[in-house]
Amino acid sequence: MESNKRKKNAPELEEFIDKKYQYGFVTDIESETLPPGLDENVIRLISEKKNEPEFLLEWRLKAFKFWQKLKPPMWGHLKIDDINYQAISYFSKPKQENAPQSLEDVDPKLLDTYEKLGIPLHERAALAGVAVDAVFDSVSVTTTFKEKLAEAGVIFCPFSEAVRQYPDLIKKYLGKVVPYRDNFYAALNAAVFTDGSFVYIPKGVRCPMELSTYFRINEAKTGQFERTLIIADEGSYVSYLEGCTAPMRDENQLHAAVVELIAHDDAEIKYSTVQNWYPGDESGQGGIYNFVTKRGDCRGHNSKISWTQIETGSAITWKYPSCILRGDKSVGEFYSIALTNNFQQADTGTKMIHIGKNTKSKVISKGISAGHSQNSYRGLVAVSKNAEASRNYTNCDSLLIGADCGAHTFPSMEIHNSSTILEHEASASKVSDEQLFYCKQRGINEEDAVALIVSGFCKEVLNELPMEFAVEARALLAVNLEGAVG
Amino acid sequence: MSKSIEILSIENLGVSIANKTIINGLNLKVNSQEIHAIMGPNGSGKSTFAKTLAGHPECLISNGEITYLGTNINELEIDERANKGIFLGFQYPIEIPGLSNTIFLKTALNAQRKAQNKNAITAAEFLKELQDNARLMGIDQSFLHRGVNENFSGGEKKRNEILQMLMLKPKLSILDETDSGLDIDAMKTVANGVNHMRKNDSSIILITHYERLLKYIKPDFVHVLSQGRIVESGDSTLASKLEEKGYEWLLKK
Repeated sequence: MESNKRKKNAPELEEFIDKKYQYGFVTDIESETLPPGLDENVIRLISEKKNEPEFLLEWRLKAFKFWQKLKPPMWGHLKIDDINYQAISYFSKPKQENAPQSLEDVDPKLLDTYEKLGIPLHERAALAGVAVDAVFDSVSVTTTFKEKLAEAGVIFCPFSEAVRQYPDLIKKYLGKVVPYRDNFYAALNAAVFTDGSFVYIPKGVRCPMELSTYFRINEAKTGQFERTLIIADEGSYVSYLEGCTAPMRDENQLHAAVVELIAHDDAEIKYSTVQNWYPGDESGQGGIYNFVTKRGDCRGHNSKISWTQIETGSAITWKYPSCILRGDKSVGEFYSIALTNNFQQADTGTKMIHIGKNTKSKVISKGISAGHSQNSYRGLVAVSKNAEASRNYTNCDSLLIGADCGAHTFPSMEIHNSSTILEHEASASKVSDEQLFYCKQRGINEEDAVALIVSGFCKEVLNELPMEFAVEARALLAVNLEGAVG
Repeated sequence: MSKSIEILSIENLGVSIANKTIINGLNLKVNSQEIHAIMGPNGSGKSTFAKTLAGHPECLISNGEITYLGTNINELEIDERANKGIFLGFQYPIEIPGLSNTIFLKTALNAQRKAQNKNAITAAEFLKELQDNARLMGIDQSFLHRGVNENFSGGEKKRNEILQMLMLKPKLSILDETDSGLDIDAMKTVANGVNHMRKNDSSIILITHYERLLKYIKPDFVHVLSQGRIVESGDSTLASKLEEKGYEWLLKK
């Protein structure tokens, strides 16, 4: 008789696993959704609905023509089912006669949704002093703290509003960091993007609060294509955070966003992402396809762009937030945690392109794979001929939980200057049975033990997040690891 | 001394690891506030016995009963045993890189308090206790913010085990070769921690190879383990006898 056979999940654990993706609700709200399909007319319609100036429509149409000639990139370590781009609806908007002027005009059901997501839309509830722009399906719903920001001269508004109010800024900067010719998804986004956030920090201004955007896909069979543009003028500073969630649905939904950052002389942009799109269920059914192009241009002397990403959601993630270090002495940073569980796939990393002299970049990547998931780091460090005395430090660690998952790294380097200094460190480890035994012997249950070990593994990256989001990120890692062991 | 109650009772225990019998017919009773030293040659089953009490999944109980505070715990999960007050001081404490000692200990302590229907400890209370106990164990403040056992020396790891024991206040502690690899000063510090625990109404099973630790911690009972069972029991004088004569005379019994 072998009497101390381990019990599997305790009942409370089962319950916990059942409510795993807590953002999977659908808001029952009347919406105006275009029928599925994509052609020039759809693009004209989007542009018309948004009252866009002619230059933007022309740009969209050029992007669309270009996109039609492209094929999706297949070089990622990803298995992607064919996507029928004619089966997706490219515009969905909560029905409302007139655009909301203030929070009082916003449909209470929408406010409820954001309440459930834990986003403090009401300014009085925004204890942390975070200005929030919320994008629901295709449309930006509201931006909080507008007045306080305006006092400082900061522009933070929905992209579609910026197009109408600041067309010169849009014309000057749109598509300059990520041109529509960049890749398949960037071209698609340029053609059909519907909203997003726009930020401009004037010369010498330190943005007085964290800026934040929450993206939410609600409608079925829609895609979300938002575009974010952040410009930090000379000597300015801004910290920006985006969060994303979606309902649980059986079919895959497409999210193809573009983010462009521009930092002028002595400016600094800190961009943090907590990505928690619906990852699909335990068998790999459903989930968001997250194909995103993010790039920052350190255009100015002594400028700095820092990307921090916590990627826990999505069925498939294809994403490489990058820095072009054009200005002399500019600095690029990339801090990443990518966690995959069940049948999730992630192919993510960064590109650091050194062009200016004395440029520095730092890459810290932490990949955690559990279940049957596949997690890849893909990175490029390129140093051009004139980038004298540039440095890069890359640290790339993988942590495996269980025996059925995979971790892969694809680092590459193109160095054309002999004064470059490069350091590269990589490691792969497992959450060991002995570590779990040790934690459990101290009274910590298995789920919490795994979360603790993972948070220790991710410490360097979690430390980069603004305080209030670091707590959220830890909680998110724990939730997404449920059922990873045992 | 308060009236002693039975903490642990083991009857005719049999344990195997990977189909190999390691413990065979072991009997032991431990009452409150008692210190039992378990000695024995290499391979006699000392560490397996310790791991079995903690519920390690590779130690399969094939026979007998472990009764702790009046309940059979053969089937209990590792963390459930811990939450009932069973503590194992590891022979080779495990490293958890990046996870600070403080967060680890606070999580463990609050998990145990929750299981015992107690409120979570306040940050102020916790820090005060942690600082007091760290001082007792000669552990520098800076250690508390480093990763759990990460790049600790052997002696630091062992002192950290005792610190955890002092913080968690178990009813029964099994210390597996806590003295191995310690210099004389570290051994005194560790002994000091154990004696402090003894005053707090705790029972202790000390697993050790050598008599030298027992100069600083006076056990109530000394048992000799051989081939998976206790072959001789006595008071603390038995340890000196072993030091003098070795194990041979017992193994022939």
